[in-house]
Amino acid sequence: MLDVTGLQKIYPGQHGEVEALRDLTFHLGDGELACLVGPSGCGKTTLLKCIAGLMRPTSGSVVLAGTSVTGPPPDMAVVFQEYGRSLFPWLRVRQNVELPLKEKRLPAKRRRELSDEALDAVGLLKSADAYPWQLSGGMQQRVAIARAIAYEPRVLLMDEPFAAVDAQTRADLEDLIRTLWKRFSMTVLFVTHDIDEAVYLGQRVLVMSSSPTVIQDDVSIDLADERDQINTRGEHRFAELRTRIYAEIRNASQPGAAQPQEAGKE
Amino acid sequence: MSAATTTARTAGGAGGAGRAAMRALHILLLPAVLIGAWWVASLVSGVYYLPTPGEIAATFVEVWGTERLLEDVLPSVGRLFGGFALAVVLGVGLGVVLGLSARIRALLEPVLEFFRAIPPPVLVPLLMLFVGVSTTMKLLVIVSGCIWPILLNTIEGVRAVDPVLVDTCRCYGIRGRRWLTTLVLRSASPQIMAGMRQGLSIAIILMVISEMFASSSGLGYTIIQFQRTFAIPEMWSGILLLGLLGFLLSVVFGLVERKVLSWYNGTRAAARGE
Repeated sequence: MLDVTGLQKIYPGQHGEVEALRDLTFHLGDGELACLVGPSGCGKTTLLKCIAGLMRPTSGSVVLAGTSVTGPPPDMAVVFQEYGRSLFPWLRVRQNVELPLKEKRLPAKRRRELSDEALDAVGLLKSADAYPWQLSGGMQQRVAIARAIAYEPRVLLMDEPFAAVDAQTRADLEDLIRTLWKRFSMTVLFVTHDIDEAVYLGQRVLVMSSSPTVIQDDVSIDLADERDQINTRGEHRFAELRTRIYAEIRNASQPGAAQPQEAGKE
Repeated sequence: MSAATTTARTAGGAGGAGRAAMRALHILLLPAVLIGAWWVASLVSGVYYLPTPGEIAATFVEVWGTERLLEDVLPSVGRLFGGFALAVVLGVGLGVVLGLSARIRALLEPVLEFFRAIPPPVLVPLLMLFVGVSTTMKLLVIVSGCIWPILLNTIEGVRAVDPVLVDTCRCYGIRGRRWLTTLVLRSASPQIMAGMRQGLSIAIILMVISEMFASSSGLGYTIIQFQRTFAIPEMWSGILLLGLLGFLLSVVFGLVERKVLSWYNGTRAAARGE
Protein backbone atom coordinates (compact mmCIF):
# COMPACT_ATOMS: atom_id res chain seq x y z
CA MET A 1 0.00 0.00 0.00
CA LEU A 2 2.62 2.49 1.09
CA ASP A 3 6.27 2.03 0.22
CA VAL A 4 8.93 4.34 1.54
CA THR A 5 12.32 3.63 0.03
CA GLY A 6 15.67 5.16 0.86
CA LEU A 7 14.10 8.42 1.97
CA GLN A 8 16.57 11.17 2.72
CA LYS A 9 15.95 14.81 3.57
CA ILE A 10 18.66 17.40 3.88
CA TYR A 11 17.76 20.95 4.89
CA PRO A 12 20.04 23.61 3.50
CA GLY A 13 21.04 25.92 6.33
CA GLN A 14 23.21 28.94 7.01
CA HIS A 15 25.65 26.87 9.06
CA GLY A 16 25.88 24.04 6.59
CA GLU A 17 23.38 21.42 5.70
CA VAL A 18 21.35 19.51 8.23
CA GLU A 19 20.59 15.91 7.43
CA ALA A 20 17.23 15.33 9.10
CA LEU A 21 16.48 11.96 7.55
CA ARG A 22 19.29 9.71 6.32
CA ASP A 23 17.85 6.53 4.92
CA LEU A 24 14.32 5.39 5.72
CA THR A 25 12.82 2.31 4.17
CA PHE A 26 9.62 0.60 5.23
CA HIS A 27 6.47 -0.86 3.83
CA LEU A 28 2.89 -0.60 5.09
CA GLY A 29 0.43 -3.25 4.02
CA ASP A 30 -3.15 -2.52 3.07
CA GLY A 31 -5.27 -1.92 6.16
CA GLU A 32 -2.36 -1.88 8.57
CA LEU A 33 -2.16 0.32 11.64
CA ALA A 34 1.45 1.22 12.24
CA CYS A 35 2.93 3.62 14.76
CA LEU A 36 6.12 5.53 14.26
CA VAL A 37 8.03 6.48 17.38
CA GLY A 38 11.31 8.23 17.81
CA PRO A 39 13.16 10.58 20.10
CA SER A 40 12.26 14.24 19.83
CA GLY A 41 14.03 15.99 17.00
CA CYS A 42 14.42 12.82 14.94
CA GLY A 43 12.47 14.20 12.00
CA LYS A 44 9.07 12.58 12.52
CA THR A 45 7.22 15.58 11.13
CA THR A 46 9.67 15.83 8.21
CA LEU A 47 9.00 12.19 7.33
CA LEU A 48 5.27 12.67 7.58
CA LYS A 49 5.37 15.73 5.35
CA CYS A 50 7.38 13.83 2.76
CA ILE A 51 4.87 10.97 2.81
CA ALA A 52 1.96 13.43 2.59
CA GLY A 53 3.51 15.06 -0.46
CA LEU A 54 3.83 18.39 1.34
CA MET A 55 7.61 18.32 1.09
CA ARG A 56 9.98 16.91 -1.51
CA PRO A 57 12.58 14.50 -0.14
CA THR A 58 16.19 15.10 -1.14
CA SER A 59 16.38 11.54 -2.41
CA GLY A 60 14.42 8.33 -2.15
CA SER A 61 10.81 7.72 -2.97
CA VAL A 62 7.35 7.40 -1.53
CA VAL A 63 4.98 5.17 -3.48
CA LEU A 64 1.31 4.99 -2.57
CA ALA A 65 -0.69 2.15 -4.13
CA GLY A 66 1.68 1.95 -7.05
CA THR A 67 1.80 5.69 -7.70
CA SER A 68 4.79 7.82 -6.87
CA VAL A 69 3.97 10.65 -4.46
CA THR A 70 5.08 14.04 -5.80
CA GLY A 71 2.28 16.17 -4.34
CA PRO A 72 -0.54 15.51 -1.86
CA PRO A 73 -2.19 12.30 -3.13
CA PRO A 74 -5.98 12.35 -3.51
CA ASP A 75 -6.69 9.30 -1.34
CA MET A 76 -4.67 10.34 1.67
CA ALA A 77 -5.87 12.39 4.65
CA VAL A 78 -3.75 14.01 7.34
CA VAL A 79 -4.58 14.88 10.93
CA PHE A 80 -2.21 17.49 12.24
CA GLN A 81 -0.95 17.99 15.76
CA GLU A 82 -2.18 21.57 15.92
CA TYR A 83 -5.89 20.84 15.88
CA GLY A 84 -6.74 24.42 16.79
CA ARG A 85 -4.98 25.69 13.69
CA SER A 86 -5.99 23.07 11.16
CA LEU A 87 -9.72 23.77 11.39
CA PHE A 88 -11.21 26.82 9.69
CA PRO A 89 -12.46 29.03 12.52
CA TRP A 90 -14.89 30.84 10.19
CA LEU A 91 -16.61 27.60 9.19
CA ARG A 92 -18.96 25.57 11.34
CA VAL A 93 -18.04 22.02 12.29
CA ARG A 94 -20.06 20.46 9.47
CA GLN A 95 -18.74 22.97 6.93
CA ASN A 96 -15.21 22.07 7.99
CA VAL A 97 -15.93 18.40 7.43
CA GLU A 98 -17.64 18.98 4.09
CA LEU A 99 -15.18 21.47 2.59
CA PRO A 100 -12.83 18.83 1.11
CA LEU A 101 -15.88 16.95 -0.19
CA LYS A 102 -17.03 20.06 -2.05
CA GLU A 103 -13.66 20.20 -3.73
CA LYS A 104 -14.18 16.53 -4.66
CA ARG A 105 -17.41 17.72 -6.34
CA LEU A 106 -19.62 15.35 -4.43
CA PRO A 107 -23.33 16.20 -4.58
CA ALA A 108 -24.82 17.87 -1.49
CA LYS A 109 -26.74 14.77 -0.47
CA ARG A 110 -23.66 12.56 -0.49
CA ARG A 111 -21.67 15.21 1.39
CA ARG A 112 -24.34 15.28 4.02
CA GLU A 113 -24.32 11.48 4.36
CA LEU A 114 -20.55 11.37 4.71
CA SER A 115 -20.38 14.21 7.21
CA ASP A 116 -23.24 12.73 9.24
CA GLU A 117 -21.51 9.36 9.37
CA ALA A 118 -18.11 10.80 10.24
CA LEU A 119 -19.42 13.18 12.90
CA ASP A 120 -21.52 10.41 14.38
CA ALA A 121 -18.50 8.11 14.45
CA VAL A 122 -16.52 10.61 16.52
CA GLY A 123 -19.57 11.42 18.68
CA LEU A 124 -19.99 15.02 17.55
CA LEU A 125 -23.15 14.97 15.49
CA LYS A 126 -24.80 17.24 18.03
CA SER A 127 -22.07 19.85 17.60
CA ALA A 128 -22.34 19.98 13.80
CA ASP A 129 -23.52 23.59 13.84
CA ALA A 130 -21.00 24.87 16.38
CA TYR A 131 -17.85 26.71 15.47
CA PRO A 132 -14.56 24.93 16.27
CA TRP A 133 -13.55 27.53 18.84
CA GLN A 134 -16.70 26.81 20.82
CA LEU A 135 -15.42 23.27 21.44
CA SER A 136 -12.77 21.88 23.79
CA GLY A 137 -9.36 20.82 22.47
CA GLY A 138 -10.24 17.14 22.40
CA MET A 139 -13.47 17.85 20.56
CA GLN A 140 -11.64 20.00 18.02
CA GLN A 141 -9.25 17.16 17.31
CA ARG A 142 -12.23 14.86 16.86
CA VAL A 143 -13.61 17.28 14.26
CA ALA A 144 -10.29 17.09 12.42
CA ILE A 145 -10.49 13.29 12.59
CA ALA A 146 -14.08 13.36 11.31
CA ARG A 147 -12.98 15.54 8.41
CA ALA A 148 -10.25 13.02 7.56
CA ILE A 149 -12.66 10.06 7.70
CA ALA A 150 -15.36 11.76 5.65
CA TYR A 151 -12.74 12.24 2.94
CA GLU A 152 -12.73 8.43 2.57
CA PRO A 153 -8.96 8.10 2.41
CA ARG A 154 -7.13 4.85 1.83
CA VAL A 155 -4.32 6.07 4.00
CA LEU A 156 -4.68 8.20 7.11
CA LEU A 157 -1.59 9.96 8.45
CA MET A 158 -1.63 11.32 11.98
CA ASP A 159 1.12 13.59 13.24
CA GLU A 160 1.23 13.42 17.04
CA PRO A 161 -2.48 14.19 17.08
CA PHE A 162 -2.95 13.84 20.82
CA ALA A 163 0.19 15.59 22.03
CA ALA A 164 -1.75 18.62 23.22
CA VAL A 165 -4.78 17.09 24.95
CA ASP A 166 -5.17 15.98 28.55
CA ALA A 167 -4.58 12.36 29.63
CA GLN A 168 -8.20 11.25 29.92
CA THR A 169 -9.18 12.74 26.56
CA ARG A 170 -6.11 11.18 25.09
CA ALA A 171 -7.09 7.69 26.25
CA ASP A 172 -10.57 8.18 24.77
CA LEU A 173 -9.15 9.38 21.47
CA GLU A 174 -6.76 6.42 21.29
CA ASP A 175 -9.67 4.01 21.62
CA LEU A 176 -11.57 6.06 19.04
CA ILE A 177 -8.72 5.63 16.55
CA ARG A 178 -8.74 1.82 16.96
CA THR A 179 -12.52 1.77 16.51
CA LEU A 180 -12.45 3.97 13.42
CA TRP A 181 -9.55 2.06 11.89
CA LYS A 182 -11.53 -1.18 12.10
CA ARG A 183 -14.81 0.36 10.98
CA PHE A 184 -13.48 2.24 7.97
CA SER A 185 -10.70 -0.21 7.04
CA MET A 186 -8.00 2.36 6.31
CA THR A 187 -4.26 2.08 6.42
CA VAL A 188 -3.15 4.24 9.33
CA LEU A 189 0.28 5.65 10.04
CA PHE A 190 0.33 7.19 13.49
CA VAL A 191 3.32 9.31 14.50
CA THR A 192 3.96 9.81 18.20
CA HIS A 193 6.74 10.36 20.68
CA ASP A 194 4.83 8.39 23.32
CA ILE A 195 6.01 4.76 23.45
CA ASP A 196 3.03 3.55 25.50
CA GLU A 197 0.67 5.09 23.00
CA ALA A 198 2.49 3.47 20.09
CA VAL A 199 2.40 0.01 21.67
CA TYR A 200 -1.22 0.37 22.72
CA LEU A 201 -2.43 1.51 19.29
CA GLY A 202 -0.31 -0.24 16.72
CA GLN A 203 -0.10 -3.61 15.08
CA ARG A 204 3.44 -2.61 14.37
CA VAL A 205 5.78 -0.03 15.80
CA LEU A 206 8.52 1.47 13.67
CA VAL A 207 11.31 2.84 15.82
CA MET A 208 13.28 5.76 14.44
CA SER A 209 16.81 6.53 15.52
CA SER A 210 17.86 10.02 16.47
CA SER A 211 18.97 12.39 13.73
CA PRO A 212 20.35 11.64 11.11
CA THR A 213 17.50 9.22 11.11
CA VAL A 214 17.16 5.62 10.00
CA ILE A 215 14.55 3.01 10.90
CA GLN A 216 16.18 1.36 13.83
CA ASP A 217 13.68 -1.40 14.43
CA ASP A 218 10.36 -2.71 13.26
CA VAL A 219 8.48 -4.29 16.15
CA SER A 220 5.44 -6.42 15.62
CA ILE A 221 2.93 -5.87 18.43
CA ASP A 222 1.54 -9.28 19.26
CA LEU A 223 -1.14 -8.11 21.68
CA ALA A 224 -4.74 -9.22 21.34
CA ASP A 225 -6.76 -7.32 18.77
CA GLU A 226 -9.31 -6.19 21.35
CA ARG A 227 -7.50 -3.68 23.51
CA ASP A 228 -8.63 -1.66 26.45
CA GLN A 229 -6.91 0.99 28.45
CA ILE A 230 -6.80 -0.89 31.76
CA ASN A 231 -6.22 -4.53 30.88
CA THR A 232 -4.02 -4.19 27.83
CA ARG A 233 -1.72 -1.75 29.55
CA GLY A 234 -1.55 -4.09 32.53
CA GLU A 235 -0.46 -7.12 30.49
CA HIS A 236 2.99 -8.54 30.93
CA ARG A 237 3.56 -8.57 27.18
CA PHE A 238 2.67 -4.85 26.97
CA ALA A 239 5.35 -4.10 29.54
CA GLU A 240 7.90 -6.21 27.67
CA LEU A 241 7.27 -4.50 24.35
CA ARG A 242 7.29 -1.12 25.98
CA THR A 243 10.57 -1.82 27.74
CA ARG A 244 12.18 -3.12 24.58
CA ILE A 245 11.26 -0.05 22.56
CA TYR A 246 12.12 2.28 25.39
CA ALA A 247 15.60 0.77 25.62
CA GLU A 248 16.12 1.14 21.90
CA ILE A 249 15.11 4.76 21.88
CA ARG A 250 17.36 5.45 24.83
CA ASN A 251 20.25 3.80 23.04
CA ALA A 252 19.40 5.78 19.96
CA SER A 253 19.67 9.05 21.81
CA GLN A 254 22.85 8.10 23.72
CA PRO A 255 25.72 10.36 22.80
CA GLY A 256 28.64 8.61 21.16
CA ALA A 257 27.98 8.39 17.49
CA ALA A 258 28.61 11.69 15.76
CA GLN A 259 25.32 13.53 15.85
CA PRO A 260 24.68 16.71 13.97
CA GLN A 261 22.28 19.15 15.56
CA GLU A 262 18.62 18.33 15.44
CA ALA A 263 16.57 19.42 12.51
CA GLY A 264 14.42 22.41 13.27
CA LYS A 265 11.14 20.80 12.29
CA GLU A 266 9.82 18.64 15.06
CA MET B 1 -39.20 33.27 52.10
CA SER B 2 -41.42 33.76 49.09
CA ALA B 3 -42.01 37.37 50.02
CA ALA B 4 -38.29 37.89 50.28
CA THR B 5 -37.76 36.37 46.83
CA THR B 6 -40.42 38.60 45.33
CA THR B 7 -38.86 41.64 46.90
CA ALA B 8 -35.46 40.66 45.60
CA ARG B 9 -36.82 40.14 42.10
CA THR B 10 -38.59 43.50 42.09
CA ALA B 11 -35.43 45.14 43.29
CA GLY B 12 -33.56 43.33 40.51
CA GLY B 13 -36.03 44.56 37.90
CA ALA B 14 -35.73 48.10 39.15
CA GLY B 15 -31.97 47.62 39.10
CA GLY B 16 -32.19 46.55 35.45
CA ALA B 17 -34.19 49.61 34.48
CA GLY B 18 -31.81 51.69 36.54
CA ARG B 19 -28.84 50.22 34.72
CA ALA B 20 -30.42 50.98 31.33
CA ALA B 21 -31.02 54.56 32.43
CA MET B 22 -27.46 54.83 33.67
CA ARG B 23 -26.20 53.52 30.34
CA ALA B 24 -28.26 56.05 28.40
CA LEU B 25 -26.95 58.76 30.71
CA HIS B 26 -23.37 57.60 30.13
CA ILE B 27 -23.81 57.81 26.37
CA LEU B 28 -25.70 61.12 26.27
CA LEU B 29 -24.08 62.99 29.11
CA LEU B 30 -20.94 64.19 27.35
CA PRO B 31 -22.67 65.31 24.12
CA ALA B 32 -25.26 67.20 26.25
CA VAL B 33 -22.51 68.90 28.26
CA LEU B 34 -20.62 69.88 25.11
CA ILE B 35 -23.70 71.31 23.41
CA GLY B 36 -24.58 73.18 26.60
CA ALA B 37 -21.04 74.60 26.87
CA TRP B 38 -21.14 75.68 23.24
CA TRP B 39 -24.48 77.33 23.78
CA VAL B 40 -23.23 79.25 26.79
CA ALA B 41 -20.00 80.25 25.02
CA SER B 42 -21.94 81.43 22.01
CA LEU B 43 -24.37 83.51 24.05
CA VAL B 44 -21.72 84.96 26.35
CA SER B 45 -19.19 85.83 23.62
CA GLY B 46 -21.77 87.06 21.12
CA VAL B 47 -19.27 86.42 18.32
CA TYR B 48 -20.84 86.48 14.88
CA TYR B 49 -18.89 83.42 13.71
CA LEU B 50 -20.17 81.26 16.55
CA PRO B 51 -23.94 80.83 16.30
CA THR B 52 -25.81 78.90 19.00
CA PRO B 53 -26.58 75.22 18.50
CA GLY B 54 -30.25 76.20 18.30
CA GLU B 55 -29.62 78.47 15.32
CA ILE B 56 -27.49 75.82 13.61
CA ALA B 57 -30.15 73.16 14.13
CA ALA B 58 -32.84 75.42 12.68
CA THR B 59 -30.62 76.31 9.71
CA PHE B 60 -29.71 72.66 9.21
CA VAL B 61 -33.25 71.62 8.36
CA GLU B 62 -33.73 74.65 6.14
CA VAL B 63 -30.40 74.35 4.24
CA TRP B 64 -30.19 70.62 3.70
CA GLY B 65 -33.80 70.15 2.60
CA THR B 66 -34.74 68.31 -0.54
CA GLU B 67 -33.01 70.40 -3.17
CA ARG B 68 -29.50 70.41 -1.70
CA LEU B 69 -29.96 66.86 -0.49
CA LEU B 70 -30.54 65.71 -4.05
CA GLU B 71 -28.10 68.00 -5.81
CA ASP B 72 -25.19 68.15 -3.40
CA VAL B 73 -25.36 65.66 -0.58
CA LEU B 74 -26.39 62.51 -2.41
CA PRO B 75 -23.94 62.94 -5.33
CA SER B 76 -21.15 63.53 -2.78
CA VAL B 77 -22.07 60.46 -0.80
CA GLY B 78 -22.35 58.53 -4.07
CA ARG B 79 -18.82 59.53 -5.04
CA LEU B 80 -17.65 58.65 -1.55
CA PHE B 81 -19.04 55.14 -1.87
CA GLY B 82 -17.84 54.82 -5.46
CA GLY B 83 -14.29 55.84 -4.60
CA PHE B 84 -14.24 53.71 -1.47
CA ALA B 85 -15.59 50.65 -3.31
CA LEU B 86 -13.02 51.11 -6.07
CA ALA B 87 -10.25 51.40 -3.48
CA VAL B 88 -11.45 48.22 -1.73
CA VAL B 89 -11.50 46.24 -4.98
CA LEU B 90 -8.09 47.51 -6.09
CA GLY B 91 -6.53 47.41 -2.62
CA VAL B 92 -7.69 43.90 -1.77
CA GLY B 93 -6.98 42.58 -5.27
CA LEU B 94 -3.48 44.00 -5.43
CA GLY B 95 -2.91 43.18 -1.74
CA VAL B 96 -3.65 39.49 -2.32
CA VAL B 97 -1.23 39.34 -5.25
CA LEU B 98 1.50 41.14 -3.31
CA GLY B 99 0.83 39.14 -0.15
CA LEU B 100 1.15 35.82 -1.98
CA SER B 101 4.23 36.60 -4.04
CA ALA B 102 7.44 37.67 -2.34
CA ARG B 103 8.97 38.35 -5.75
CA ILE B 104 6.30 40.80 -6.90
CA ARG B 105 6.36 42.37 -3.45
CA ALA B 106 10.10 43.01 -3.65
CA LEU B 107 9.62 44.49 -7.11
CA LEU B 108 6.78 46.88 -6.26
CA GLU B 109 7.34 47.79 -2.64
CA PRO B 110 9.76 50.74 -3.11
CA VAL B 111 7.49 52.29 -5.73
CA LEU B 112 4.44 51.80 -3.55
CA GLU B 113 6.22 53.39 -0.59
CA PHE B 114 6.93 56.44 -2.76
CA PHE B 115 3.37 56.85 -3.98
CA ARG B 116 2.05 56.30 -0.50
CA ALA B 117 4.14 59.20 0.75
CA ILE B 118 2.44 61.67 -1.59
CA PRO B 119 -0.39 63.49 0.19
CA PRO B 120 -3.49 62.95 -1.98
CA PRO B 121 -4.71 66.60 -1.86
CA VAL B 122 -1.69 67.70 -3.92
CA LEU B 123 -2.90 65.40 -6.66
CA VAL B 124 -6.04 67.48 -7.11
CA PRO B 125 -4.47 70.19 -9.31
CA LEU B 126 -2.58 67.54 -11.27
CA LEU B 127 -5.62 65.39 -11.87
CA MET B 128 -7.63 68.48 -12.85
CA LEU B 129 -5.14 69.05 -15.67
CA PHE B 130 -5.18 65.45 -16.84
CA VAL B 131 -8.78 64.34 -16.45
CA GLY B 132 -10.48 67.69 -15.98
CA VAL B 133 -12.88 68.76 -13.26
CA SER B 134 -15.03 65.69 -13.37
CA THR B 135 -16.43 62.85 -11.36
CA THR B 136 -13.45 60.77 -12.49
CA MET B 137 -11.06 63.25 -10.94
CA LYS B 138 -12.92 63.21 -7.65
CA LEU B 139 -13.06 59.42 -7.59
CA LEU B 140 -9.34 59.23 -8.32
CA VAL B 141 -8.54 61.61 -5.47
CA ILE B 142 -10.57 59.47 -3.06
CA VAL B 143 -9.00 56.23 -4.31
CA SER B 144 -5.48 57.64 -4.23
CA GLY B 145 -5.78 58.26 -0.51
CA CYS B 146 -7.89 55.50 0.91
CA ILE B 147 -6.38 52.61 -1.02
CA TRP B 148 -3.20 52.57 1.09
CA PRO B 149 -4.42 51.29 4.43
CA ILE B 150 -6.53 48.72 2.59
CA LEU B 151 -3.65 47.58 0.42
CA LEU B 152 -1.04 47.41 3.17
CA ASN B 153 -3.32 45.67 5.64
CA THR B 154 -4.38 43.13 3.01
CA ILE B 155 -0.73 42.32 2.27
CA GLU B 156 -0.05 41.79 5.97
CA GLY B 157 -3.18 39.69 6.39
CA VAL B 158 -2.43 37.48 3.41
CA ARG B 159 1.17 36.97 4.53
CA ALA B 160 -0.02 35.92 7.97
CA VAL B 161 -2.18 33.00 6.77
CA ASP B 162 -1.56 30.09 9.13
CA PRO B 163 0.84 27.56 7.53
CA VAL B 164 -1.08 24.68 9.16
CA LEU B 165 -4.21 25.79 7.31
CA VAL B 166 -2.19 26.11 4.12
CA ASP B 167 -0.99 22.51 4.54
CA THR B 168 -4.53 21.40 5.37
CA CYS B 169 -5.77 22.90 2.11
CA ARG B 170 -2.99 21.23 0.17
CA CYS B 171 -3.72 17.82 1.71
CA TYR B 172 -7.41 18.02 0.92
CA GLY B 173 -6.86 19.37 -2.57
CA ILE B 174 -8.53 22.72 -1.85
CA ARG B 175 -7.34 25.10 -4.56
CA GLY B 176 -8.42 27.74 -7.03
CA ARG B 177 -11.34 29.97 -6.17
CA ARG B 178 -12.35 28.02 -3.09
CA TRP B 179 -8.80 28.29 -1.80
CA LEU B 180 -8.83 32.05 -2.40
CA THR B 181 -12.21 32.72 -0.81
CA THR B 182 -12.24 30.13 1.98
CA LEU B 183 -8.62 30.32 3.01
CA VAL B 184 -6.85 33.48 1.91
CA LEU B 185 -9.54 36.17 2.04
CA ARG B 186 -11.20 34.84 5.18
CA SER B 187 -7.86 34.51 6.97
CA ALA B 188 -6.95 38.06 6.04
CA SER B 189 -10.39 39.49 6.77
CA PRO B 190 -9.54 40.95 10.21
CA GLN B 191 -6.70 42.96 8.68
CA ILE B 192 -8.71 43.81 5.58
CA MET B 193 -11.55 45.15 7.73
CA ALA B 194 -9.10 47.21 9.81
CA GLY B 195 -7.70 48.69 6.61
CA MET B 196 -11.17 49.42 5.28
CA ARG B 197 -12.11 51.23 8.47
CA GLN B 198 -9.10 53.52 8.15
CA GLY B 199 -9.74 53.90 4.43
CA LEU B 200 -13.33 54.94 5.00
CA SER B 201 -12.42 57.87 7.23
CA ILE B 202 -9.78 58.99 4.75
CA ALA B 203 -12.36 58.70 1.97
CA ILE B 204 -14.67 61.16 3.74
CA ILE B 205 -11.89 63.70 4.09
CA LEU B 206 -10.88 63.35 0.46
CA MET B 207 -14.47 63.55 -0.75
CA VAL B 208 -14.69 67.01 0.81
CA ILE B 209 -11.27 68.10 -0.43
CA SER B 210 -11.93 66.91 -3.99
CA GLU B 211 -14.94 69.25 -4.08
CA MET B 212 -13.25 72.28 -2.63
CA PHE B 213 -11.40 73.25 -5.80
CA ALA B 214 -13.06 74.37 -9.01
CA SER B 215 -16.17 72.43 -8.29
CA SER B 216 -19.77 73.51 -8.78
CA SER B 217 -21.63 71.12 -6.55
CA GLY B 218 -21.17 68.77 -3.64
CA LEU B 219 -20.86 68.99 0.09
CA GLY B 220 -17.32 70.38 0.13
CA TYR B 221 -18.21 72.97 -2.51
CA THR B 222 -21.37 74.05 -0.65
CA ILE B 223 -19.55 74.51 2.66
CA ILE B 224 -16.84 76.59 0.99
CA GLN B 225 -19.52 78.69 -0.74
CA PHE B 226 -21.23 79.37 2.60
CA GLN B 227 -17.94 80.39 4.15
CA ARG B 228 -17.12 82.76 1.28
CA THR B 229 -20.53 84.42 1.45
CA PHE B 230 -20.38 84.69 5.25
CA ALA B 231 -23.43 82.42 5.63
CA ILE B 232 -22.07 81.37 9.00
CA PRO B 233 -24.90 79.24 10.49
CA GLU B 234 -25.20 77.52 7.09
CA MET B 235 -21.48 76.77 7.07
CA TRP B 236 -21.72 75.32 10.55
CA SER B 237 -24.69 73.20 9.55
CA GLY B 238 -22.56 71.73 6.73
CA ILE B 239 -19.84 70.82 9.20
CA LEU B 240 -22.50 69.26 11.41
CA LEU B 241 -23.78 67.27 8.45
CA LEU B 242 -20.28 65.93 7.71
CA GLY B 243 -19.86 64.94 11.33
CA LEU B 244 -23.18 63.14 11.35
CA LEU B 245 -22.36 61.43 8.04
CA GLY B 246 -19.03 60.17 9.38
CA PHE B 247 -20.65 58.99 12.59
CA LEU B 248 -23.40 57.15 10.73
CA LEU B 249 -20.94 55.44 8.39
CA SER B 250 -18.82 54.38 11.32
CA VAL B 251 -21.82 52.84 13.09
CA VAL B 252 -22.91 50.99 9.93
CA PHE B 253 -19.36 49.81 9.33
CA GLY B 254 -19.17 48.58 12.91
CA LEU B 255 -22.30 46.49 12.40
CA VAL B 256 -20.96 44.95 9.18
CA GLU B 257 -17.62 44.30 10.82
CA ARG B 258 -19.22 42.56 13.77
CA LYS B 259 -21.04 40.24 11.40
CA VAL B 260 -18.06 39.52 9.15
CA LEU B 261 -15.61 39.01 12.02
CA SER B 262 -17.85 37.17 14.48
CA TRP B 263 -15.61 34.10 14.15
CA TYR B 264 -12.53 36.21 14.89
CA ASN B 265 -13.99 37.78 18.01
CA GLY B 266 -15.22 34.35 19.09
CA THR B 267 -11.78 32.81 18.62
CA ARG B 268 -10.15 35.57 20.60
CA ALA B 269 -12.67 35.32 23.39
CA ALA B 270 -12.15 31.53 23.50
CA ALA B 271 -8.38 32.01 23.64
CA ARG B 272 -8.81 34.34 26.60
CA GLY B 273 -10.86 31.61 28.27
CA GLU B 274 -14.17 33.45 28.38
